[in-house]
Amino acid sequence: MSGVESGPPGLGVAAGRGDRSGRGDPPGLGVPAGRGARSGPTPALRQLLTLGQAMLRGFFRDRNALFFTFLFPLMFLVIFGLIFRDSGQTRPTTIGVVGSGPVISALPATVVKATPYASEEQALTKVRAGDLPAVLIEQGDSVVLRFSAADMVRAGILQGIVASVVDHANLAATGQLPRYRLVATQVEASNLEPIQFITPGILSWGVATSAAFGAALTLVSWRRKQILRRVRLSPAPVWTVLGARVGVSLVTAVVQAVVFVGVALLPIFGLRLTGTWWLALPLLIAGTLAFVSVGLLVGAVAKTDEAASAMANFIVLPMAFLSGTFFDISQAPRWLQVVSEALPLRHMNDGMIAVLVRGQGASALVTPLLVLVGFTVVVTAVAVRVFSWDEA
Amino acid sequence: MTTAGTGQAAAAAAIQVHELSKTYGELRAVDRVSFEVGEGEFFGILGPNGAGKTTTLEMVEGIRQPDAGTVAVLGMPAWPRNPRLLPRIGVQLQASSFFERLTAREQLVTFGALYGVPAARAEAFLDLVGLAEKADTREGLLSGGQRQRLSIACALVHDPDVLFLDEPTASLDPQARHNLWDVLRTIQRRGKTIVYTTHYIDEAEILCDRVAIMDHGRILALDSPAALVRGLDAPTRVSLPGGVLSAHLAEQLPGADHVATSEGELVVTTRSPAQLISALASADLLDGVGVRTATLEDVFLELTGREYRA
Repeated sequence: MSGVESGPPGLGVAAGRGDRSGRGDPPGLGVPAGRGARSGPTPALRQLLTLGQAMLRGFFRDRNALFFTFLFPLMFLVIFGLIFRDSGQTRPTTIGVVGSGPVISALPATVVKATPYASEEQALTKVRAGDLPAVLIEQGDSVVLRFSAADMVRAGILQGIVASVVDHANLAATGQLPRYRLVATQVEASNLEPIQFITPGILSWGVATSAAFGAALTLVSWRRKQILRRVRLSPAPVWTVLGARVGVSLVTAVVQAVVFVGVALLPIFGLRLTGTWWLALPLLIAGTLAFVSVGLLVGAVAKTDEAASAMANFIVLPMAFLSGTFFDISQAPRWLQVVSEALPLRHMNDGMIAVLVRGQGASALVTPLLVLVGFTVVVTAVAVRVFSWDEA
Repeated sequence: MTTAGTGQAAAAAAIQVHELSKTYGELRAVDRVSFEVGEGEFFGILGPNGAGKTTTLEMVEGIRQPDAGTVAVLGMPAWPRNPRLLPRIGVQLQASSFFERLTAREQLVTFGALYGVPAARAEAFLDLVGLAEKADTREGLLSGGQRQRLSIACALVHDPDVLFLDEPTASLDPQARHNLWDVLRTIQRRGKTIVYTTHYIDEAEILCDRVAIMDHGRILALDSPAALVRGLDAPTRVSLPGGVLSAHLAEQLPGADHVATSEGELVVTTRSPAQLISALASADLLDGVGVRTATLEDVFLELTGREYRA
């Protein structure tokens, strides 16, 4: 039990440092800085850049965030790019042929690969087993196509091909010149291999995800760590936090675009950009803003990082599927397509495809840009209403 | 009253709080609190958890709107947010708030830049709080005490006149607390006004020029720790190891007012401790004797009728 021990004035640990701080007065102690050291004509811009730099530093040191921002979408690009690499070119369909004649020899080799069989029975066994889609039997003037109903689309295509070959042979037999001629040419400037659709889709999705997550997690973690409060206690205008976040998200989006498109351009994936690719930039900006606003809303509502992640995922991932990011939505039921049309990511996607690979001009951007900007305004307004600076 | 911007009148009040109240539903978190803090003063708000210390501090800092009452800091109203006042106050928040994954130096540079402070100043403040060797360590890798010291440096980097600290020593080990006390004393020696909350009674007693004791949203007493204890007019308690002296004999000692046995010890209450102790000395009975005078803890007990529990 000790008496009133008014702690010895110079504590042991203290002495060493006390000496040091005694000689080296931090500059300005005594000369209030806030009044004297205001530098630059636009302090708000400086404050914005300061916050943006702190955000960027934190982001580039966060391996997890880097992975999900750059590598994860890239993985999807690589996987889909490799899976669908060849599906754009139609490989010849193998059919069985029995006998010979003008029809069999006139089959177009680019579409149909004819494999001869000795007997009809032998070939039909293959068809029943599912190894062949159809068998063509030509004996004298009789031409018979026997097909499997297992793949009606392929059977239909084969019927069409064989029928046109038979018609052609019939016409040739009459010795008359054909009256009608079919001219078929491709509409698009370049080829439309799957990589041409995968790249804009993955780019839109990757940008949307990182913009939404970035904004949501900044708000939630800065609120939880009371950095928002610290900024509010500094002379920095409060909008600089928002401005910094938007700036960081835009920088991130541009880096993502360069990385994804750069990888897709590699010969193994074979993306070919059209001359209007630079029109993707306004779309990239509008799309980033739209999903930053989603992130702001999530960040305004969510109280923890985990909740923010879950909510952002819950919004962006289903939206990605419904917007045709990973596969074509045009085969989906009508009502789903209506839903899809209401989603900002769908319009970002459509716009990206239009300017990156379809070579359409600036007019193709009007609808996507209007939708994205309108979405941004509405969602940001809601976010501002529900936002709070401090944990309740 | 201080004229904004001059800050030279030493006796003037840096902070004036008048009839401040804040209610959350049924709970009167802060109930008509008034006090003044002089320039250069080390002012403590002491009380158990939930006493209303943090809410009071937040209203004085200007981040929480009072339901009633006024706060003037350096002659300017604290609410609403006043960008002219903000550069002159420094705030250390309860949770040490740092930018994620930035080093100690980067934290200081970043916070400083928000106030237009040149980056070079960071080094001097790292030195001031004894973190020069940790300049390139990321915030997540600093110890609790180091984080608190860095957080104080971040609150100081723009050289404010008034520094607010919310429980800076909470959850620190004794060593780290003593380190921090030294930092706080150094800062006070440089003429800063410091307002800080704590639930450590011993600490408030050692550090503060004046202490406001808070409980249930109200200030129960406000004075220098010594004056508060003196005002208690409490007797001194002298304890003797058991078996040295019988209770009966102890009552005969000069100056002994009351004798009790507690936990094997004989406790003699006295209002003339000098007389009693010299009697014990001449009887050669000083071995193992403990002397305990009143502390702020007794002041709290007297004011609230209950033991102090942080």
